[in-house]
Amino acid sequence: MSALLDLFTMAAVSAGVLFFLAGVVGLLRFPDALTRLHALTKADNVGLGLIVAGLLPQAGSVLAALKLILVWLTVLLAGATVGQLIARVARRAGPNP
Amino acid sequence: MSFELNYELLVGVLVLTTAAWSVAARDSYSATVGFVSYGLLLAIVWMQLQAVDVALTEVAIGSGLTGLLLLGAAARLRVAEARVVARPSIALRLVAALACAGISVGLATTVLSLPQPAPSLAAQALAALPATGLGNPVNGVLMAFRAFDTLLEKVVLVLSLVGVWSLAPDLGWTGRPRLLHPFADDGVLRFLARTLPPLGLLLGLHLMWNGADEPGGAFQGATVLAAMWLLVLMAGLGEAPQVRARWLRVAVVAGPATFLAVGLAGMGIAGAFLAYPVSHAKALILFIEVPMMLTIALVLALLVAGPPERTEGP
Repeated sequence: MSALLDLFTMAAVSAGVLFFLAGVVGLLRFPDALTRLHALTKADNVGLGLIVAGLLPQAGSVLAALKLILVWLTVLLAGATVGQLIARVARRAGPNP
Repeated sequence: MSFELNYELLVGVLVLTTAAWSVAARDSYSATVGFVSYGLLLAIVWMQLQAVDVALTEVAIGSGLTGLLLLGAAARLRVAEARVVARPSIALRLVAALACAGISVGLATTVLSLPQPAPSLAAQALAALPATGLGNPVNGVLMAFRAFDTLLEKVVLVLSLVGVWSLAPDLGWTGRPRLLHPFADDGVLRFLARTLPPLGLLLGLHLMWNGADEPGGAFQGATVLAAMWLLVLMAGLGEAPQVRARWLRVAVVAGPATFLAVGLAGMGIAGAFLAYPVSHAKALILFIEVPMMLTIALVLALLVAGPPERTEGP
């Protein structure tokens, strides 16, 4: 059982890292602010979500697991807000900032 | 090479690269962004050294609050910066570079020539910790063994706020600080400013309360509270108080004043300035920390808010 959980952790965290990698590549390669933002938000939301999901079996206690989920939810909230705000600045600045 | 060593090397190289990038950046906005990332990376280094308290402070103060102050300064300077066309002469830049390099070399030589193993009072501090009733040695040092330093630190905070306020024009004294908030009244920011503060309030108080036995403390907790208040102000959901408000003046000095009062009382009941009677040490420390947290949170937020500018209507 524990080996199975470890396997799940490795798979989920690796998938999460992959999303972060894709986000960074997008940040570096995409042409304008809005598309770069699009790439980054995927890394923040899904990437961190997968990493948190992978760490849940390793958390040790239900309370620690809930804290991890709270961290993810807080990052979701902050990430979504900041993404919107940056996008508004980009749109105000013109079509090709 | 082990994974651990590789990881440490990677973080070290990243810290140095970000630092160099921040120094080399041309405009103050980019330099500030570099500085903030540098602080976050430095926090990882502190975590690696098992110094969780320092890491928390680095993230909250070094990266978060200082970053915000610098961003505010960069925004205010942007117009003036664009107008400057002449760069300083090569000779001047060379002298500046040499002076900076000299300081770095001096610091490096000092650090490298420290005796090995370094002289440490850690063992004595740990041995005396039970007398304070605290479980976190860092907080024991801050609130009991080196209480004088902590008291002066709070006085410095209040003085820095006086310094910022003294930049106000004469007419500003009846006004409030004017925050730069390009997104005031924006629906998305207002949603965040309504959703996050309850959680932030809980986290700030938790950091303070838990600081007695685990990493955390009044300073880190107060920074979180200050951030929440600033978020509300920036979203246009509240107004910064008038700087002449009586409650504000009292709250700003509440922390150092309580600290000083307990310290003076210590001369009578425990035999020395800033000494606590062993039986009530923890209660007294908490009694100081609550108003101190209020002071720190207010001062940090007001430092970001800047000098009072806007005058009230008749």
